[in-house]
Amino acid sequence: MELQCPLPQFDFEVITLGHGSGGLLTNQLLESGVFDLLKNEFLDQRHDGATFSLSGPLAFSTDSYVVSPIFFPGGNIGELAVNGTVNDLAMCGAIPRYLSLAFILEEGLLMKDFWRILVSIKFAAEQAGVKIVTGDTKVVERGKGDQIFINTSGIGELHPKAKINKSRVGVGDRIIISGNIAAHGIAILSLREGLQFESAIQSDTTNLNHTVASLLEVFGDKIHLLHDPTRGGVATVLNEMARDTRLGVEIWQKNLPLAEDVQGACELLGLDPLYVANEGIFIAVVAAEVSEAVLEQLQADENGLQAAMIGEIVDVHPKQVVLHSSIGGKRVVNMPLGEQLPRIC
Amino acid sequence: MKYISEYRDADLVAQYLEEIRHTVTRPWTIMEVCGGQTHSLVKNGILNLLPPEVQMVHGPGCPVCVTPLNLIDKAAYLAEEKGVILCSYGDMIRVPGSKRSLLESKARGADVRILYSPLEAVKIAQENPDREVVFFAVGFETTAPANALSVIHAQRAGVSNYSILASHVLVPPAIEAVMNDPDSNIQGFLAAGHVCAIMGIDEYYPLVDRYKIPIVVTGFEPVDLVQGILMTVRQLEKGEHQLENQYSRVVKPEGNPEAQKVIQRIFTIADREWRGIGVIPMSGYEVRPEYVAYDANIKFKVNIEKAAESNECIAGLVLKGIKKPQECPQFGRGCTPQMPLGAPMVSSEGACAAYYHFSQAMAELEA
Repeated sequence: MELQCPLPQFDFEVITLGHGSGGLLTNQLLESGVFDLLKNEFLDQRHDGATFSLSGPLAFSTDSYVVSPIFFPGGNIGELAVNGTVNDLAMCGAIPRYLSLAFILEEGLLMKDFWRILVSIKFAAEQAGVKIVTGDTKVVERGKGDQIFINTSGIGELHPKAKINKSRVGVGDRIIISGNIAAHGIAILSLREGLQFESAIQSDTTNLNHTVASLLEVFGDKIHLLHDPTRGGVATVLNEMARDTRLGVEIWQKNLPLAEDVQGACELLGLDPLYVANEGIFIAVVAAEVSEAVLEQLQADENGLQAAMIGEIVDVHPKQVVLHSSIGGKRVVNMPLGEQLPRIC
Repeated sequence: MKYISEYRDADLVAQYLEEIRHTVTRPWTIMEVCGGQTHSLVKNGILNLLPPEVQMVHGPGCPVCVTPLNLIDKAAYLAEEKGVILCSYGDMIRVPGSKRSLLESKARGADVRILYSPLEAVKIAQENPDREVVFFAVGFETTAPANALSVIHAQRAGVSNYSILASHVLVPPAIEAVMNDPDSNIQGFLAAGHVCAIMGIDEYYPLVDRYKIPIVVTGFEPVDLVQGILMTVRQLEKGEHQLENQYSRVVKPEGNPEAQKVIQRIFTIADREWRGIGVIPMSGYEVRPEYVAYDANIKFKVNIEKAAESNECIAGLVLKGIKKPQECPQFGRGCTPQMPLGAPMVSSEGACAAYYHFSQAMAELEA
């Protein structure tokens, strides 16, 4: 999503060490840009932290964002930082409410790039319905960072009907994925490697909290577990699930939703899409009796058009993920060792 | 995806498998030469769909696996001590050298870069005229044209800070080495489709005649593999030994003459050490004397003492198909993908890594 807000007049074009000093320059940066843009009743307090009331059980999550390059097809590090933490809260079954926002900027970051990121943050927060209530800005010397690192923490109230817990996953549960896999990782990689494909593959970064909330509203405790398969991809999430529940996971390759251009890129680059990162999809483990209805509801949601039933929880091969290949074979899907490395041939 | 999805057709695979079951009357041992084929057999779960009579043995065609230890040490030395920008294909950098892998060298500050094409390395050399750039040119006949082309490009563009550390190996001498081993029990081969796409198929006729074995040039998709296996089994059952081409949509009998010309311009055939196997005569490429300026071995006068291989690793026997990975006492115990003793446990094309994952599956599925 690329949204425009006019760049205000700054007396500087690049971020310098002074902007993190806490002195006049910091103030100038925040007063003339950040505070105005992200304006709300909490930030307007200009205090060391935010005070607010929430009710019932809460969820709390934090994540740091270091993606390189900071601008990529389909998004940038700013909206990623909002969506990522919003989604982590949603996966707990929470309605995200408040976020903190902390920047580590590298000396020399272009002010216009920082502004573009801030604007994306503003719109991503609005779209998710969360407020940024506290924050921090530090500047490090050139060479000590990679333009910009962002940390966001978030807090949310658990949905009253949510009962998300690994202990609730049982044999016979169905595994549903909300959309096409591997888009984000391939979008980033194709840019990083300078690879040009016929069509630019877009990152799938988006907020999933509204989609999840409507599922919880209708299906409540029949939704047993939610996970967003970010780093390490679908294979990692499924392996963690199998390991922690001590149950077996079976997935069906022919049901895995994968856009043709992403599949083509994976073939070309020698990567397994199961291990590639996602930023805008989630995996739901649900009671078998509601699985068809969950799928139907998801497919009617703008974030779930490609949703698919990809597998089930079984009592054989505990702690293992087994893939039924499209041609009728079976193989274990292991936890990735580290970053996927392209094969030679 | 056109030209791929047709070759992943579940019904067609099932038909070929059924045909293999019908044809086979006794046990046969067939080696798929190429690591890419091993990877596909495992990834698609084909091995456990074959009848028990058909034993697939994984061959030495994993370039990462057969690159000598000493060469990895040389690459690490160039990156760490000589300060070169060392460029490599991806899965090479995780292979353990005698001290460490290139991935560890990178973590210690060496400038190691993963590339998809050696031509990118030439570009890096142009962008960094004050640095030396070395491309770790490993692989079989398939990667040789691109690596050779990088030298031609560098020469044409007057780039003098670029060189290659070449470790090219050839398939036909490897098949000979496997067949000459008295312990080998291989009865037929699936030859590596992409190697033949470059080199053509002529050099396999003498092997078929000399060793009286069927060789079927085979592709990499599930339909390719089961069809290639069926063609081999048919010959074996009839007592025939012929060269057949399953992968004719890609492999022309004459190969790719332009690519061959590029190879011949830069490389000459020489004796080559294969990790775990030893020296195989006339089994690899080295840079021709006219192009020594682009040969990192000569340019940097790298002389690293040969370190001893782990004596617990039986990679050589595995690469020749004499032992199965799980017959190694260290398999899954002292040697895992996290802590590999030898290269076949590292690469996704390596037989040990493939078996490590696969046998886990088998153990669990049969439990």
